[in-house]
Amino acid sequence: MRPVIQLEDVHRVYQTGEVEVRAVAGVSLTIQRGEFVAILGASGSGKSTVMNILGCLDRPTRGRYLLDGVDVSQLGRDALADVRNHKLGFVFQNFNLLPRTSALENVELPMLYARDHLSRRELHERARQALALVGLAERAGHTPSQLSGGQQQRVAIARALVNNPALVLADEPTGNLDSRTSIEVMGLFQKLNEAGITVVMVTHELDIAAFTKRNVVMRDGRVVSDTGVARRLDAAAELRRIEQEQQAVQLAP
Amino acid sequence: MRFLSTMRIALRALRRNKLRSVLTALGIIIGVGAVIAMVGIGNGAKAQVEAQIASLGQNVVLIFSGNFSAGGVRSGWGGAGTLTVEDAEAIAAEIAGVARVSPEVRDRQQVQGNGLNWGTSILGEGPDYLEIRDWPLEYGAMFTSADVRSAGKVCVIGKTIENELFPNEDPVGQTLRIRNIPFKILGVLSPKGLSVMGSDQDDVVVVPYTSAMKRLSRRTSINSIVVQIESSAVAAQVQDDIAELLRQRHRVGGGRDDDFTIRGQEEIANMATATTKTMTFLLASVALVSLVVGGIGIMNIMLVSVTERTREIGIRMAVGAHRRDILLQFLTESITLSSLGGLVGILCGVGAAQLISQLAGWPTVISAGPVLVAFLFSAVVGVFFGFYPARKAAQLDPIEALRYE
Repeated sequence: MRPVIQLEDVHRVYQTGEVEVRAVAGVSLTIQRGEFVAILGASGSGKSTVMNILGCLDRPTRGRYLLDGVDVSQLGRDALADVRNHKLGFVFQNFNLLPRTSALENVELPMLYARDHLSRRELHERARQALALVGLAERAGHTPSQLSGGQQQRVAIARALVNNPALVLADEPTGNLDSRTSIEVMGLFQKLNEAGITVVMVTHELDIAAFTKRNVVMRDGRVVSDTGVARRLDAAAELRRIEQEQQAVQLAP
Repeated sequence: MRFLSTMRIALRALRRNKLRSVLTALGIIIGVGAVIAMVGIGNGAKAQVEAQIASLGQNVVLIFSGNFSAGGVRSGWGGAGTLTVEDAEAIAAEIAGVARVSPEVRDRQQVQGNGLNWGTSILGEGPDYLEIRDWPLEYGAMFTSADVRSAGKVCVIGKTIENELFPNEDPVGQTLRIRNIPFKILGVLSPKGLSVMGSDQDDVVVVPYTSAMKRLSRRTSINSIVVQIESSAVAAQVQDDIAELLRQRHRVGGGRDDDFTIRGQEEIANMATATTKTMTFLLASVALVSLVVGGIGIMNIMLVSVTERTREIGIRMAVGAHRRDILLQFLTESITLSSLGGLVGILCGVGAAQLISQLAGWPTVISAGPVLVAFLFSAVVGVFFGFYPARKAAQLDPIEALRYE
């Protein structure tokens, strides 16, 4: 089977004045369909740059990037925009929803820029289905300020899914959430992954990475370890455990 | 499809910032409104002047006796009594394209009638004078060519004379004394109002030119000749022919100045409308400046809006918007602002013109031309001043735009 992502000796060098910064220095990575990968690393390790390259927001200085079998490393800005629209879904740390815009309209956004024409009814219908998938069907008319952080991130996930992408990319998706909501969101990712969606996320939290299936650790622009997760956490089980602990605290005299 | 949803996105953004949108559009509203009101006032003044010029009559050419030089002394316009009745007769007889001719003698006299007196202009004219000037009688009749031949003591009077000397009775058939000579009043002219120069055209007594020359001023020359030509198409040719004829008759050799002046109606009209044209132009350009200021206001707000919405632009780019989509979105916003402002401005301008007409009593003329131009100009302002901010938005780097706080 064709891998979803194939990075071949990818370099990314930034030119800041006189100084050359080698953010990514020779990363090769292959991710198969249906994987759930966490890219881990401290700040400055180059994980965000890898994420930007994976997300077709940035291009490698050297090396090849095959997304779904297509070399996207030399495409122009508008061609990359089309790739982002058709093949990728984004989830951000700070949600990045349009303010004062309903959840439904936020989810419709990628379809507005899609190549194939959809009627307004189809647009609404697909956005509603995506919201239902993340359990927010009854909040479709709410604006981001009327939603909790966890709910906002679920709207963002629905937006990422609405164009049926080959890959969902999440950049620190739990960074702005409390631990309980973080587990809920990770549970959603696990559910989507079980349904066959490939998920790649960047995080610096090991306990969050434990919900994924494979951990890629980066340091100084290189991959230093790439291992399967031995003791994978199940979000549903974790939530049950937390609930029991809380009950125990409340029952205690 | 993409374009339609871009439109929808732009309109939604404007609705979200209602007060700001209205204030921004206000610059354009005032600009367009000012242009339309000012051009309306200017055109109103022009129309008024043109109506006065039309009161001169149709296709009229005036010939004045002119600068007369003798022994190095130049007498100035009208100083030389060079035009004669024979000149007028020759023009009527020899020039093709001439419809009517009236020799004209002008004088000022004190007139008496009905026990009252009044100082007024006496016009000695031919029988066709009223047709030439397109000046109907209110009642009574005009003197005839027989009266001209016999230097008859008859006259028709202007409306002002009737009002001043015969306020409550019918003047027709009564006697008007000019230099103590009794003239029988045959008719009263319909009111014509003020002339281009502002004098009262109805303050006049018209007598046969022969009577004026023989009985009132005892002279042999006339002041001017009023000629009506058959159509404006031959105006230039007829004027040249008259000039040639008069030069021959007056023996004006080559190299010497003509001793007469010919003024076509067009020239007179041009002189009179030149001022109002200048005024319209001046008013319109001041108003245009305010339109440009309105455009700069739009640019300012669009730049603020682009900065404010950097994150939004980043999100849109991340989910697949092309640069063109972003460009169009912001351009649509600015064009919508400016053309809606233009539409409201047209209403305000028309309203303001009406108000000025009512309050100040100035006539205003609103025509489709300036309205259309003002609207198109406001749309162009939207494109012109919206393009730079829109391009700035479209050129943002998606990664940095997403990180923007």
